[in-house]
Amino acid sequence: MTAFTSLSRAMLLGWFRDKSALFFSILFPLMFLVLFGGIFSGMGTTSKLAVIQVGPAPLLEQSAAGLGDVLDIQKSQDAAAARQKVKDGDVVAAISQQGDALQVSYSAADQVRSGTVQGILRQVVAQANAVGVPQKFTMTAQQVEDDSLKAIQYTTPGLLSWAVAMGATFGASATLVTWREKRILRRLRLAPVSLGSVVGARIGVSVAIAMIQTAIFLVVASLPFFGLQLSAYWWMSIPLVIAGTLTFMAIGLVAGGLAKSAEAAAGISNLIVLPMAFLSGAFIPLEAAPSWLQAVSNVFPLKHLNQALLDVMVRGQGPLSVLPELGIVLGFGLVIGLIAMKVFRWDSV
Amino acid sequence: MGQTIIVNDLQKHYGQVRAVDGVSFSVEQGEFFGILGPNGAGKTTTLEIIEGLREADSGTVEILGMSPWPRNPKLLTRIGVQLQATSFFERLTAREQIRTFASLYGVAPKKADEMLAQVGLEDKADTPAERLSGGQGQRLSIACALVHDPDIVFLDEPSAALDPQARRNLWDLLRQINDSGRTVVLTTHYMDEAESLCDRVAIMDNGAILELGPPASLVRGLEAVTRISLETGTLSVESATELAGPGATVDDDGVSVTIGTDDPARVLTALADRNLLTGIQVRGATLEDVFLNLTGREYRA
Repeated sequence: MTAFTSLSRAMLLGWFRDKSALFFSILFPLMFLVLFGGIFSGMGTTSKLAVIQVGPAPLLEQSAAGLGDVLDIQKSQDAAAARQKVKDGDVVAAISQQGDALQVSYSAADQVRSGTVQGILRQVVAQANAVGVPQKFTMTAQQVEDDSLKAIQYTTPGLLSWAVAMGATFGASATLVTWREKRILRRLRLAPVSLGSVVGARIGVSVAIAMIQTAIFLVVASLPFFGLQLSAYWWMSIPLVIAGTLTFMAIGLVAGGLAKSAEAAAGISNLIVLPMAFLSGAFIPLEAAPSWLQAVSNVFPLKHLNQALLDVMVRGQGPLSVLPELGIVLGFGLVIGLIAMKVFRWDSV
Repeated sequence: MGQTIIVNDLQKHYGQVRAVDGVSFSVEQGEFFGILGPNGAGKTTTLEIIEGLREADSGTVEILGMSPWPRNPKLLTRIGVQLQATSFFERLTAREQIRTFASLYGVAPKKADEMLAQVGLEDKADTPAERLSGGQGQRLSIACALVHDPDIVFLDEPSAALDPQARRNLWDLLRQINDSGRTVVLTTHYMDEAESLCDRVAIMDNGAILELGPPASLVRGLEAVTRISLETGTLSVESATELAGPGATVDDDGVSVTIGTDDPARVLTALADRNLLTGIQVRGATLEDVFLNLTGREYRA
């Protein structure tokens, strides 16, 4: 085994055997996922699909007898309010009829349910057309601009970016401090290993842990109970998570460089990551926040990571669209990494 | 026998504190060399400069013909440095620890396991390092220092915080290491340890070497008293004073009568004449006396 692989192995084993590290990097964020994604989204869910009908829609009323079994049709005269309800995820779609055209506005947040509703409505239109020739009824479906995603869709990327940030920061700071205080760093300095293989091993292990976190998160969130729908370009989250890991490792190395004990390092890491997670929209959407806060949030790398993960994992944006965010996150990493080198100490004295 | 370590006029100052102040010595190949002194004497700083962990303000160090500063990986493969008993990777077993260290030097796992057996830890191979006793931890750390078969081994206070039995076991191990032909450099603040193990000792205080030589000749060079003790009641204080002659001291603490003399041969002969040698204890000068003599103060371990 080379120095790189054996050090990686030593660190990985140490991590797997550390129950609290496992808890805080895997289970703890998953608990939040259950809380935000499972329980909150479960509220107000009925077995029937709720839709809202704006104004008169004779087509729906004609077949209302059968439709009532699958759709819970609310009625409203206010088109704007109805669209808002779709945005908020209270109803799956808003339906209106203009002449012979049925217009369906749906949210992309929950693709399964909006797809089901569209399917049902297409059938309604088809049946109506079957009665009389020529076919006169049409249906247009239009996506409501989705600035509010369904809870799990929003929660997963946010909590994932938080979990990755926490895992990388804590892992790097704890390793640095304990290795320095226990004089393992000094021992390594007296062995013919390059600094590159020590740092490389730590980076490798952090990235591996982040990948494990990502895999577990995506698998759990995709369970039917949570119902996460990943968009086509979700794989772009992998380079994003790696970039985030590097940046937050650098933050951890700064914390570890300043702290004198493992406890202090954990405290400093928490002090940095937790407020950042709140202010970066990892827990709650920033859209509702005051505009000054939205502006302030730009100084946090987590905000950009979170934004980019949302875009590629659930908003369905292309891989190239998040390159600016990727660059910003790596830029943060570079600057913080330079600071980390400044505050690095081999020895406790 | 070549000289493996040559230290010449080392200086290291921290502000006003002269941690190392003009230290020079050399160590021969295969020698067991001790640096002895109280805490804060500058032993550890000296050792760290020699190992290449710190840069000296001035002076030179040469190990195996190479300079330890700046960091020299070629030299590092030939020296072994013992960790402190707690300096292990977290949550790894004894076997995993030593295998990890072995791999840093490109040494095969099999060799690492052999080294573990050599220090008597094969039955603790699967025990996490944190759960080893003080003596076991110390033996593991020494095994980790020896795993790549170095020419020179540096040990920084290896027996600190060990109980007497564990210390004795450790001494046996250290003698074995030296007997196998390695040069061993050890710092200690235990006089008896230096006396028992080292071929030569350097006595340090306040950053400087006060005295350097084989422990026995340091002690011999000392005009120190020999203490002869007998059980109280076998000899009265008066007759003891008479027997010991002028210049001797006699003290009775209720358990034993102790005669302090600079002419033990005459006192012992007189005692033998009176058939009083049963249960007698003779204690010669120790390194502790040397230290006391050099610094004018009691040794503070």
